[in-house]
Amino acid sequence: MLTPALAIKNLSKDYDGTRAVDDISFTIEPGEIFGLLGPNGAGKSTAINMIAGVTRIDSGSIEIFGFDNQRDYRTTRRLVGVMHQEIVIDNFFTIDQALRFHSGYYGVRDDASWRQQLIDRLGLKPHLHKVMIKLSGGMKRRFMIAKALIHKPKLLILDEPTAGVDVELRHTLWDFVREINQQGTTLLLTTHYLEEAEQMCDRIAIMNHGKLIALAATSTLLQELGTRSIMVHLQIPIPKVPDNLCCKVAELDATGTTLQLVLSANQSTGELLKQLYDLGLPITDIEPRKASLEEIFLQMTQAGRDEP
Amino acid sequence: MNQHQEPPFVAWLPFYTLLQKEIRRFLRVASQTLVTPVITASLYLFIFGATLGERISVLEGFSYAQFVIPGLILMGVINNSFANVASSLFMSRYLGNIVDLLVTPVTPAQFIMAYTLAAMLRGLAVGLVVWLISCLFATLPWAHPFAAIGMACLASFLFAQFGIIAAIHANTFDSLSMYTNFIILPLIYLGGVFYPISILPPLWAKLSHLNPLFYLIDGFRYALLGVGDLSFLVSFGTVTVMALVLFCWAASLIARSYRLRN
Repeated sequence: MLTPALAIKNLSKDYDGTRAVDDISFTIEPGEIFGLLGPNGAGKSTAINMIAGVTRIDSGSIEIFGFDNQRDYRTTRRLVGVMHQEIVIDNFFTIDQALRFHSGYYGVRDDASWRQQLIDRLGLKPHLHKVMIKLSGGMKRRFMIAKALIHKPKLLILDEPTAGVDVELRHTLWDFVREINQQGTTLLLTTHYLEEAEQMCDRIAIMNHGKLIALAATSTLLQELGTRSIMVHLQIPIPKVPDNLCCKVAELDATGTTLQLVLSANQSTGELLKQLYDLGLPITDIEPRKASLEEIFLQMTQAGRDEP
Repeated sequence: MNQHQEPPFVAWLPFYTLLQKEIRRFLRVASQTLVTPVITASLYLFIFGATLGERISVLEGFSYAQFVIPGLILMGVINNSFANVASSLFMSRYLGNIVDLLVTPVTPAQFIMAYTLAAMLRGLAVGLVVWLISCLFATLPWAHPFAAIGMACLASFLFAQFGIIAAIHANTFDSLSMYTNFIILPLIYLGGVFYPISILPPLWAKLSHLNPLFYLIDGFRYALLGVGDLSFLVSFGTVTVMALVLFCWAASLIARSYRLRN
């Protein structure tokens, strides 16, 4: 069995009596892309900061490739690259100088060819000798990705990497992230763009109020927690939802020409279609729908909000 | 791309890189960090060397310029050692880029050594230039050159530690400048840079012995002129103890990552 890239056990953190992270546990396998999602203030960044070593751990443990991040901090910090949510730059230096420094802070000699690859791949070349203060927001984000990767980490943590960036950069970034993942880098990412998480992540954990409220493979999460429904368009209006229609929820719109049918957990769409056919409804069109991760996310985090 | 050959770890490199970064930081704004303090010190030298100095004598056998130069050199050393580490570390905390260091394998010892050494280099560089400029106004006998170098190094070390402590405790730029305006400057001015403590009334002379800067300035003056209010051993010993106390304080703050990590 492979040593997990990240193993978190019963991790908790309090800030002034408020529990920011509440007894969370999960592991990330090597080579995985793992999404940690949650609304603002859910505790994601606190958890990430504890993994990276910026925030102290109140209780619990964090192991990175088998090394304890408190006891063996020099080893674990070498293995991790972090791109923080906030823009973190030193305005005194140029991109080129800062990348060389960052490599050195990790005890890694400057690898000119790797540095050049990062510069080329992230489109930093035209701005290489500009001081940070003169860079655009997007360029600062690109630099921060290069900075997180300059020491060749085995676990890359991206905390909201696409927050406030344009569409082009978002695509560039995700292409790049996929590429480095294919070469073996394990990824832990948070994003507010749930469509991105749905497309990128092998597994997803959802946090709310500091707790882990869901953790599953993305496909499982969508399948088990997402609702499936079909919209049935009718040629002529019907007065009410037909009796004996076997589904979880059935609603007829005001015009009487559109039926929205939500399927039960194990119900097949074919079974429901057969029923509709047997009822002899004048169907003109059928639109199947699957709940997106966004809907699942809202459903789960909203449920948490309603709790006393 | 091939990033997965794990690169070898060079244990001393984090220290060397941080030191290099700190030195480059003050060299990048040399007009503020090196030129301005030298101009300030030159103005003092002009006032006390070329103008008033001719008319005042406070120490038998020495001109006033000769008397005042050791204090002015040390003032440059102290102010710049303090300012270098205080501004750099506080700015990193204030702007949040300190996390760039907190996520790396830089050890607390490497952290302190790098910040201290860079601060000492800036302080000693300013001190050296002030001394070179002072040669235009007066020549010093350099009675005990190694003791003078030792005292200057100790002064820069001590105030680098004080800079670390101030940078960690300060919450705003205003509170940081209070350390300079309300602690360092009064202590320097009342510590005997411009006058010998022996000419003060007995009560003030006694109170001056409570000023830690008095020992530093007097010891340095003794090393350069061969004359001081105290024995060199007392001055050097007191300053060494102070430096050790501040070092332990700063080291304890950094080791605990006090106000650095949440």
